[in-house]
Amino acid sequence: MDASHSIRAPAISILLISASALAFEVLLMRIFSVIQWHHFAYMVISLALLGYGVSGTFLSIAQKWLLNRYPVAFVGNSLLFGLFILVSFLIAQSISFNPEELFWDWTSYFRLLLIYLCLSLPFFFAANCIALTFLRFGDKISKIYAIDLIGASIGSMLVIALLFTTLPNEAIRYLSLAGVLAGLIAWIEIGNTTHRLLISGVCAALIIAVIPSSWLALKISPYKSLPQVLTISGTRTLEQLSSPLGLISVVESEQVPFRFAPGLSLLATQTPPEQLAIFTDADAMTVITKNQGDRQSLSYLDYLTSALPYHLRRMNNVMILGAGAGSEVLQAKFHNVANIVAVELNPQIIELLTHRYADYSGNLYKSDNIEVRIDEARGLVLKDNNHYDLIQLAMLDSFSAAASGLYALNESYLYTVEALTEILRRLNPQGYLAVTRWVKLPPKDTIKLFATAVDALKLLSITDVEKHLVLIRGWQTSTLLIKITPFTLQEIAAIKQFNEKRAFDAAYYPGIKPDEVNKINIINQPYFYLAATALLSEDSEQFIKNYKFNIRPATDNKPYFFNFFKWETFNELLGLRKQGAMAMVEWGYMLLVITLLQVLVVSILLILSPLKLLKTTQHGIFPGYLKLKVFIYFSAIGLAFLFLEIVFLQKFMLFLHHPIYAATAILTGFLLFSGIGSALSARLLNKLQRKRIVIYAVTGISVVSLLYIAILPGIFNGFMQWSLLPKMIFSMLLIFPVALLMGMPFPVALSELNVTSQPLIPWAWAINGCASVVSAVLAALIAVQYGFTAVISLAVLLYIVAAIFFPNQKVTFAREKT
Amino acid sequence: MVNYRILSVLLFALSGSGLSDALFAADYKIQQQAMIDAIQNDVIETSIYIGKKAFDPAVMKAMASVPRHEFVPDNQKSYAYENRPLPIGYGQTISQPYIVALMTDLLNLSKEHKVLEIGTGSGYQGAILNELTPQVFTIEIIEPLAKRAIATYKRLQLDNIQVRTGDGYFGWEEHAPFDAIIVTAAADHVPPPLVQQLKNGGRMIIPVGSRFFVQQLVLVTKDSEGKITTQQILPVRFVPLTGKH
Repeated sequence: MDASHSIRAPAISILLISASALAFEVLLMRIFSVIQWHHFAYMVISLALLGYGVSGTFLSIAQKWLLNRYPVAFVGNSLLFGLFILVSFLIAQSISFNPEELFWDWTSYFRLLLIYLCLSLPFFFAANCIALTFLRFGDKISKIYAIDLIGASIGSMLVIALLFTTLPNEAIRYLSLAGVLAGLIAWIEIGNTTHRLLISGVCAALIIAVIPSSWLALKISPYKSLPQVLTISGTRTLEQLSSPLGLISVVESEQVPFRFAPGLSLLATQTPPEQLAIFTDADAMTVITKNQGDRQSLSYLDYLTSALPYHLRRMNNVMILGAGAGSEVLQAKFHNVANIVAVELNPQIIELLTHRYADYSGNLYKSDNIEVRIDEARGLVLKDNNHYDLIQLAMLDSFSAAASGLYALNESYLYTVEALTEILRRLNPQGYLAVTRWVKLPPKDTIKLFATAVDALKLLSITDVEKHLVLIRGWQTSTLLIKITPFTLQEIAAIKQFNEKRAFDAAYYPGIKPDEVNKINIINQPYFYLAATALLSEDSEQFIKNYKFNIRPATDNKPYFFNFFKWETFNELLGLRKQGAMAMVEWGYMLLVITLLQVLVVSILLILSPLKLLKTTQHGIFPGYLKLKVFIYFSAIGLAFLFLEIVFLQKFMLFLHHPIYAATAILTGFLLFSGIGSALSARLLNKLQRKRIVIYAVTGISVVSLLYIAILPGIFNGFMQWSLLPKMIFSMLLIFPVALLMGMPFPVALSELNVTSQPLIPWAWAINGCASVVSAVLAALIAVQYGFTAVISLAVLLYIVAAIFFPNQKVTFAREKT
Repeated sequence: MVNYRILSVLLFALSGSGLSDALFAADYKIQQQAMIDAIQNDVIETSIYIGKKAFDPAVMKAMASVPRHEFVPDNQKSYAYENRPLPIGYGQTISQPYIVALMTDLLNLSKEHKVLEIGTGSGYQGAILNELTPQVFTIEIIEPLAKRAIATYKRLQLDNIQVRTGDGYFGWEEHAPFDAIIVTAAADHVPPPLVQQLKNGGRMIIPVGSRFFVQQLVLVTKDSEGKITTQQILPVRFVPLTGKH
C-alpha cells in the first residue's frame, strides 16, 4: 500500500472510463456490422470483451506490484485505454480477413485471432482501472461499482446520440479522446503521479485529435455489395448518413444503371429506369427509382411476383410495411391505388425521399395520395384503426445475406404468429396480406412463412384455412397471399392468368392439383407444393418435426423467424462439405455456437491459470471449497445479470416497438438502476450481514422476474396505445425494482472478499468478466432454441444458486500462523 | 501417388535452377490430375441430383487442359488446383473447379456453338469454354479484371476468345443469338435482353449464392418454340427434405 493515504478514489475518471468502454463496445458492433456482417461482428466483439477476463487474471499475478504504484498504474492504464481505442481499431482494420474463407483457408484463423487480441486491449486496460480501484479502496467497492454502472448507462445514451450525429469511424476518435481525458482527470483526482504521465497524456490527446480522417476510413469487406458496386467505372458515393439503425450510403452509377428488380419475370421486356442505390451497412441494396411521370418505364413493376394482388381486385387502400426507398410504394402507385400508407422505421431514408431526392423520385413520398409514417411496422399496425385492401410486407433483406443464414439471430417481431394475426385484423373482409420472400433452395423461409400464416389464421378461429392461402413463385422470389375470407374462383382464375403471362408457378391455391405445379421454374421436387399441402394437413406437426430445417413458426416468445438451424441437418451437411454443402448451413446460428466455444475455451484458460499462482503466492493457501464458492457465485451472477438484461431488452422491444428507443430505455435503465442498487447496498452493509443482503436481493429478483413472465404480456396489451415517451418512462419504472436489486450481489460479495480473502478479488473479477461474455452468447442461443421464458427461468435459478454459494468463508493466512 | 506438397518443398529448394521450371510444370500437372480426380468423385457423389455419374469427357478434358494456376494471383498459386474458390481481387473469385465443370457440362456445348459469358472474372471459365468451342464472347464490367483476363489469354495464346469491357446487361448484340450463355455476374434478375439473345434450343446458366458458396445453379432453357423454363439445380448431394434422423 502506498504511503499516501489521502488518495481519493478517482470517481469522475471511472465514470468516464465506464461510459467510454460501453460506448466503444456498441460502436465496435456498429462498425463491424458495416465492414463485415452483423453476426461476425457479434463474434469479434464477444471475444474482445474477454479483455475484462484477462484483466482479472493479470491482476491476480501482478496485484501487489501494481497496488504499490496505484496512482501511476491507474493513470497509465487509463491513458492506454484511450490510446488503444484508436490504435486497436486501426490495427484490426488493417488485418485482411474474410469470414467465408475460414472454411477454405485455415490460416484465416490466425488473422481472426490477431483481430481478437487487438480489440481486447482497450477493454483490458479499462478493466484494470476498475479492478485496481476495487483492490485499492476495498471499503468503497459498492460505491465504485455504482459509479462504474452509472457511467456505463451514460455511455449507452451517449453512443446512441453520437451515432446520430457522427459517422462511426469518426466517433472512434471522440471515444479515444474521452479515454485519454479520463486519464488526465485521474492524474488530477489521484495526484501523486509523475509529470511524465501528464505530458504523455497530453501528447496522446493531441495525436488523436490531429490524426487524418482518411486513416480512420472504414475498410469494408470487398465481398459486400457496396464495395463491389464501387469497382464499376462511373459509380460514386453521393453521401453517407449514420444512425444506430445503420450506415446509409447513397450511390449513383453514371455509366452502368443499377436496374434493381428482384425476381423480375423472364418474360419482362421493360428494364427498370435510372435508379440511385441505397445501401445499409454496405449491403442490402435498395433503390430510389427515377420517376418523371413516364408510366411505361415503370411497367417492369407489374412483372414481379409482388404485383399479384393488384390483379385480383381493385385496391383503394394499401399499407406498405417497411417501405424503405419506395419500390413497393411505386408499384402500388403504378397500379393506381387511391390511398397508400408507407411505413418506414428509418427517418433518414424518409428524409432522402422527401428532401434531397424528392425531385428525382418524382416527389413520390410527397404525393397527395401517399401518407408516410415514420414508425415501427408492428407498433403502427396496433395503433392504426383503419382497414386496408392490401397490406404488403416489403422484402427487406438482400439475397446473399438471407441465403447464408446471417439473419438467423436477428429477432423479428413482424414475422411471428401474433404479428400476422394483428396485421390480418387490419384487413377489409376481402383484403390481402402479401409477403414476398427470396426463393431459397432447399425451401426454408417461404414455407416457414406459410406455416406461420396457417397458425395465424387458426388463431383467428378460421377453420377452413386451406381456402385462405395462395403461394406463387418465380425462380427468385415467392409471394404469399393471405385472406381472412376464402379465395374465390374468379381470384384463382386471375392468379393463373397472372402466372401464365409472367412465367411464374403456382405453388399453392385452394383446389390446386399436383400436375399444375412445378411447370415453368422447375425444381427437383415440387417442394413448395408438398410443404404447403403437408402444413395444411393433419400431419403438419410431423412434417415440421421431420423437416430438415427449422420451419416451426416464430412466436413473440421466440421471435427468430430467420433461424432455420437444426443440429441433425448440420451433421449431415458437414459430411457433405466437400460437395458444397456448407452453403446450406445457417451460419448465423453456427457463428454463435463457434463464438460460445471460443469464449468457453479462453475463459477456462483465464480462470484456471491464476489458481496455480494463487496457491503458491505468499498470500496463503485458499481452501478448495472457498475457491469453488467464489467460482460458482461470480459465474452465476455474471451469467444471470446479462440473461435478464438481454431478455428484458427483447421483451420491451415488443412493447416499445422501436429497437433504438427500447435499447436506450432498457439498457440505460438497467445500468442506472443497478448502479443505484450498488450504492444502496453500501448503506445496507452497516445494517445487515452481507449474505443476508444477497438473499433478500435474490428473493426480490426471483419474485419480480417470475411475476413478469406471467403479467408482462397483459400489461403490454393494456398500455399498447400509449405514445412512445410515456411508454419509455413506464418501461423504466417496470424494470426499476429488478434492476435495483440486481446491482447488489456483485459488490456485496466483493466487499466480503475484501474482508476475508482480498487476493481473490481479481480472480473473482476475471470469473465475472468471463461469465458476462459467455452469458451474452448463451442467452441468445437459449432464446433461439427455447424462448425467452426459459432464459428468465434459468437466470432465476442461477441467482438462487449464487445465494446458496455466497463466499463468506474466512481464510487464515499462512503469515498469521508464523 | 506422389505427395505434391513434398514435391513443392523440393522445388522451392531447387528454385533458381533451370531444372525447377520443368519440375514446377510437372508439379502443377500432378496437382491438376488430383483436381480432376476430386471433381470426378464429386460427380459420383451428386449423381442423383445432377442426373449423371460423369461429366461429358470433353468437359473433363478441358478441365485437364486449362492451367488454372495461370488465372490466379501469385499468392494463390499454391492453391490453384484445390477444389475451392479463390479470391482474385476486386471482391471477385475464381470459381470452385467442380462448379465450373458442372456449369460447363450443363451448357451441353459442341464445336459449332456460340457462347456468351457475362462476368469474365479471372478468365478461367472462358478458357474452359474455349476448349469446347472456338466462338467464345465474354464481357467484364470491372476494367482491371478485363485487362488482366486479356493479358492472360494473350500469354496463353487463346486469341479467339473475344473480351469486352463494359455492361453485360444488354449482352453482345452484334454476335447474337447465342447457343449458350453463362451469367456469373451477380444480378437480382435475368436481364431480358439476354433471354432475347438466347437461341431457341439454347441454355443459360446462372450460379446463385455468395462468391465462396454457390447455393444453386439456375438453368434457363429456351425450347424450339421459344418457351422459357428454368430449372434449379443443387450442386450438392442432399437427400429429400423430410425423413427421420
